[in-house]
Amino acid sequence: MEHIRMPKVENVWLVDRSSSRRTQVGTLYLTATHTIFVGKGSEDRNELWVLHSLVCNVVKHKASQSGYPLLIHCKNFQVIQFIFPQESDCHDVYISLSRLSRPEKYEELYCFSFNPNVGKAEREHSWDFLDLKAEYSQMGLPNKLWHVSPINREYRVCDTYPADLFVPKSVTLPVIVGSSKFRSRGRFPTLSYYCKENHATICRSSQPLSGFSARCLEDEQMLQAIMKSNPESRFMYVVDTRPKLNAMANRAAGKGYENEDNYCNIKFQFIGIENIHVMRNSQQKLIEVSALRSPSMGEFLTGLENSDWLRHIKSIMEAGLFISKAVAEEGVSVLVHCSDGWDRTAQVCSVASVLLDPYYRTLKGLMVLFEKDWVSFGHRFSHRCGHLIGEAKEVSPVIDQFLECIWQLMEQFPCAFEYNEKFLISIHNHIYSCHYGNFICNSQKERKDLILCIIKEKTHSIWPHLWENKLDFMNPLFKPDQSQNQGLLRPSTAPYCFKYWRRLYNRFDRELHPRQSELDSLMTVKEETQQLEEELALYEQKMAVLDKEHAKTLYMQKGVLDSKQALWSLPLDTSLANTPQDYISGFIGGAPNVFTLQQGERESSGVADFSSHSSGEESLPSEESVKDPDSDETAM
Amino acid sequence: MEFAELIKTPRVDGVDLHRPFMPTVEGTLCLTGHHLILSSRQDNTEELWLLHANIDSIEKRFVGSLGTIIVKCKDLRVIQLDIPGMEECLNIASSIEALSTLDSVSLMYPFFYRPLFEVIEDGWQLFVPEEAFKDLESMTDEWRLSEVNKDFSVCPSYPSLLTVPKDIDDESLCKAASFRHGGRFPVLSYYHKKNGMVMMRAAQPLTGTNGRRCKEDEKLINATLCAGKRGYIIDTRTIAVAQQAKARGGGFEQEANYPQWRRIHKAIERSNVLQDSLIKLVEACNDQSHSMDRWLSKLEASNWQSNVKEILTTACLAAQCIDREGASVLVHGTEGTDSTLQVTSLAQIILDPACRTIRGFEVLIEREWLQAGHPFQQRCAQSAYSNGKPRSEAPVFLLFLDCVWQILRQFPCSFQFNENLLIMFFEHAYASQFGTFLGNCVAERVKLQLSQKTVSLWSWVNRPQELERFLNPLYEPNNLVIWPSVAPQSLLLWEGVFLRWNRSTKCLDEACQEMVHIIEYNKELQNKVNSLRRQLAQLETEESPLQTP
Repeated sequence: MEHIRMPKVENVWLVDRSSSRRTQVGTLYLTATHTIFVGKGSEDRNELWVLHSLVCNVVKHKASQSGYPLLIHCKNFQVIQFIFPQESDCHDVYISLSRLSRPEKYEELYCFSFNPNVGKAEREHSWDFLDLKAEYSQMGLPNKLWHVSPINREYRVCDTYPADLFVPKSVTLPVIVGSSKFRSRGRFPTLSYYCKENHATICRSSQPLSGFSARCLEDEQMLQAIMKSNPESRFMYVVDTRPKLNAMANRAAGKGYENEDNYCNIKFQFIGIENIHVMRNSQQKLIEVSALRSPSMGEFLTGLENSDWLRHIKSIMEAGLFISKAVAEEGVSVLVHCSDGWDRTAQVCSVASVLLDPYYRTLKGLMVLFEKDWVSFGHRFSHRCGHLIGEAKEVSPVIDQFLECIWQLMEQFPCAFEYNEKFLISIHNHIYSCHYGNFICNSQKERKDLILCIIKEKTHSIWPHLWENKLDFMNPLFKPDQSQNQGLLRPSTAPYCFKYWRRLYNRFDRELHPRQSELDSLMTVKEETQQLEEELALYEQKMAVLDKEHAKTLYMQKGVLDSKQALWSLPLDTSLANTPQDYISGFIGGAPNVFTLQQGERESSGVADFSSHSSGEESLPSEESVKDPDSDETAM
Repeated sequence: MEFAELIKTPRVDGVDLHRPFMPTVEGTLCLTGHHLILSSRQDNTEELWLLHANIDSIEKRFVGSLGTIIVKCKDLRVIQLDIPGMEECLNIASSIEALSTLDSVSLMYPFFYRPLFEVIEDGWQLFVPEEAFKDLESMTDEWRLSEVNKDFSVCPSYPSLLTVPKDIDDESLCKAASFRHGGRFPVLSYYHKKNGMVMMRAAQPLTGTNGRRCKEDEKLINATLCAGKRGYIIDTRTIAVAQQAKARGGGFEQEANYPQWRRIHKAIERSNVLQDSLIKLVEACNDQSHSMDRWLSKLEASNWQSNVKEILTTACLAAQCIDREGASVLVHGTEGTDSTLQVTSLAQIILDPACRTIRGFEVLIEREWLQAGHPFQQRCAQSAYSNGKPRSEAPVFLLFLDCVWQILRQFPCSFQFNENLLIMFFEHAYASQFGTFLGNCVAERVKLQLSQKTVSLWSWVNRPQELERFLNPLYEPNNLVIWPSVAPQSLLLWEGVFLRWNRSTKCLDEACQEMVHIIEYNKELQNKVNSLRRQLAQLETEESPLQTP
């Protein structure tokens, strides 16, 4: 490829950021899609594969004694440091990677070259894995009050909305058109979630173009119709997810928020979620904190506080909780909007859906939620995730925050979710990796016309892939019938209930995670239980056959048979637990009389019997090396 | 009985009890010598039985004639009692205050408590030094059991029997004792079977400003080193603090006098600082402002997590010296009764799989805390809500338990016990019906005749029906050394203690039950499959002669 100045560099150092002792030398390859590092050690072929589309930025550091360092920060929070012996090599790789990681056209993205051994029919079929129409009908729609409006079939009323939209049956086409003209980017109020039990709905839109005094009869009728489509209720909530100040400032630009006096029976509410720029800066600070090397507790906690990240997560959760309570407890419909209605609105609607409906706490349900509230409703994935080179100011971790809200809920309700943390992290990875075609482009229309269906023709859909690997993503504690999974989840939003998501932000710092995983152990037990159930059924069958043949003999011996039973044993992998950590680096320096322990790794007698799995220090067994559906892009 | 004088109003009707996450209970409040009892006299409502000793402080408020007493407990729970009648309320409040601050140990509840269960195994015999020494003897002959402290005169805070190097006679021990703070000369704490290295503990040496030395002390600790080997002295204080200690007659081992030893200074805070940290942490957890910034900045300012990190790091260092460096270690701080014990006991949890079993952990607490002379009575006199001026209270033991919990979180399959056991120890260290945590050292316990007059906590815990609650369903014995991560990202706030009363645990409890269920069901199937497999095998072998005549 023309952007690769240097396809191969020898004698490159890969630095392990947690321990300088684990640094290894090897060869670096640049391919059209990946940066590949192959360690020199002949025995364990140590390889590192990094997708170009996951590269967030590439930084050259000042030359050190050992050479010319190059730091690669990835969108999945992996940080990779190479040291090159030659400055020119370092520079060439830097230039090549800088270009390769910033594609200019969609066609350059990895999903267009990713070509697993899958037939055409199967690939096309993968795109039919989720059927939103069926999902809406599962929800109870259309019904006598709500129907699909054909108005946006050609994306003429709103080019960022999907073609099929649910609106109250009672609204006429002129009302929709009128309302859409009164809303930013034509995003008129439309249905996102319908509660079968009490007919309350969550609707979404963008801000009204109300300025200081403008009003729009059609828009008012639209809201009235939404309210009336919930026959039991006397009013509806209109939730503006922005801080009041921001919304007021928008009025000067002819935008703004609903005036309670103009709309009948609405209760208007601000929920101060900050905008994409604040969130971007916040996450940047959080990432810096997470990447600190051996920070003190004070540095870490202060950094966490100063990032404001958890405060933002809390405000999104609170917004979701407010809406879900309105729907489930009060039976009142809610219209949610922010400015454009594709960031905060998507977050809040989908968090509320997860709280309200156990379905979205299942694997399939979460996939649907992504397709529905995010992909179809025009969350600007390409802009927010920075898939293509473009406005840095458009990038924002909106989707990360939604995933994190689910994670925070999982911490509070361990039995309520069918999926586990790995599922969320895997989705996160794929949203950024452009490995599959699902999260490309900014809207349904763009997906359809810009590259004229080549997405469905040339790329694959993520969902069947995740579904096939669902064993890895199951929460062993999931109990659909348990009290915590009945109806509305009511999370506590006390500040101490929000935790730092180590598994995501320190995903690649293996030494920071528990050495034994409760999740993995339970998954192993469950898997074994399933095998046992099968075995048991088989034996019982055999017994039944034998029983018939030799009923008498058996009867005589029954008493003797049960007397002694073999002990069972858990097949837990205890070797995982015993990878010693590098404490030494933390102890160097300090008081003048401090004696520093020897740097060199001496294999003490204790290490020799440290399990069959980990030979020495290099190969830490981890979830990735065991069975990872992402293995084709992380570490081979 | 003298308690009657303190109880001005023994009983009030129509009292409302408010507890977080529980419905209000209306009932009769009774005060007895040792308990505050609230009973609704309805069958299905839970009664409140609160030990006076568990009450850390109270606050009273009045609205008209309705009095309110806020009771803040040492286990960090806060409850509210609405008492009709000002006089009754004042009487109750002053009685609680008096009864919860009794000075005399012999008036404490354990001396009055009679168990409702049969004591099968006397917990006072849980740890017998002679038997432990027999185990040691089977591994090495370098040590002996000394009776030099038989009458507690050489070191009042040590037990009567101590394990010391074989070649050091009692006379030298006495001399070494006079060179160590509180007479706490270096003794054996742990023998690492794998490589024969040892961990010793002591108090600071009394070098003073003019650099006193003591040949016997030097000889004593050198006797633990193999020829040509070096050891490490881990001083839990920073070098600056250790220097300052010289002015008060204390100090640290000079290189010149201990050439075979390398000293490492760490920075574990002194006990009064730790108490302050606990008070701030609990205040942060109870903050009602609902503000994220405030929570995080208060959490940070409390320094609690920093203390956890520092203690755990020091313990890891000690364990690392022993296991990875193959060197012996001597640990001390100032008195050798607080940070020293945190480090030596945690290092053993890391190194020795036996300490990760329930019994082993109990023995560890008995050996490294109770017998080693951690002053429980002083340290646990008050907890986070004390508003009096602090004397010698400090959450030293609670920090140790917190560190164990951190390791447990990181190695959820390597401990036989679960978090509940740790929480239970925390509760009993501060207020208990059992005599185990009374007194400050063995000498005091002997004087109080605790083993005759009170029941041991271990007698109760080790009954199968109690143990069940403390078992970790995921436990799979792991004979290896376990190295925890001490990075701030890896250390969590111990919610089970600090947020215990501030949140509903229903969902988390359900998760625990589900975990137990998953594993029990697996066991059950395993048994069924095995038995069927055997039945089939047997049937098949018996059939074969029939089929082949």
